[in-house]
Amino acid sequence: MTTRIGVVTFPGSLDDSDARRAVRIAGAEPVALWHRDGDLRRQQVDAVVLPGGFSYGDYLRCGAIARFSPIMEAVVEQAKAGMPVLGICNGFQVLCETHLLPGALTRNDHLHFVCRDQRLRVENAETVWTADYAGGQEIVVPLKNGEGGYVADERTLDELEGEGRVVVRYLGGNPNGSRRDIAGITNGAGNVVGLMPHPEHAVEALTGPTTDGLGFFTSALKKLVAS
Amino acid sequence: MARVVVDVMLKPEILDPQGQAVQRALPRLGFEGISDVRQGKRFELEVEGPVDAAALARIHELAETFLANTVIEDFTVRVQDADGSERPAGDGSPHGGNTGNATSEGAVA
Repeated sequence: MTTRIGVVTFPGSLDDSDARRAVRIAGAEPVALWHRDGDLRRQQVDAVVLPGGFSYGDYLRCGAIARFSPIMEAVVEQAKAGMPVLGICNGFQVLCETHLLPGALTRNDHLHFVCRDQRLRVENAETVWTADYAGGQEIVVPLKNGEGGYVADERTLDELEGEGRVVVRYLGGNPNGSRRDIAGITNGAGNVVGLMPHPEHAVEALTGPTTDGLGFFTSALKKLVAS
Repeated sequence: MARVVVDVMLKPEILDPQGQAVQRALPRLGFEGISDVRQGKRFELEVEGPVDAAALARIHELAETFLANTVIEDFTVRVQDADGSERPAGDGSPHGGNTGNATSEGAVA
């Protein structure tokens, strides 16, 4: 059976089609999921990607309204039961708003929207979404956000560091004021990962700066096939 | 009908680059003497029926779970009566050290 990875579309999602394309290039079957359809079981997806964009126009706070959509109730429930979930950019913001991941994303400290190819270090290559990388590996993928500054209280930051839950860290300059240069984190079980940079934009030489992002999607595919 | 006002502010320890940008623009516009600006959000809720303790508890819950992200923000709840007078009705601070709750409960009846 082919592995089915769902990609949620909220009103205002932008990168859902790129995320589905990345899933396909990785070798899995992409499944388009609509925010209003909370019946994840019927879709028979093995994992879910929350894509980048501006769900609900970023009204109130980025990701704050998407969090209450029917599909997110199902995603939260399944994520707690171990289903792999990857949140990219706005998807990371949604994961923080649902409290599947700790902390929050705030306006970039320099107030400018940042859009560039970003060097990262993979700090944790043992999550479901990063197992195809080597620990410490450096990768380059696009980064584009206005509210990408990761914040959490010192105790949470220490906990994340101590438990190896910082998944990727910014290299070559902090682009948005994120505490401790954190670009992405995971939950305790390693099945939920959120990051601000966009691995789905770096899966083909024709359109991406590298193909370094593909590993996120092949990692999940391999884990799912093996399980 | 009464209006309940929820103010949401970034916690003091959270950087507010928007407020800083506003503050930095002030001298350029000829406004001197403002040493700091913090920017927040104000929500005005028109409440159907009496604003009693139960209604305030629900509003407190909606403020805590939706209007504010308490990881980075604090909130306060105030009741605005028809004559425009206001009374505090609790806040989202972990200390709960304000007199708001006592005041609002006293004023409910």
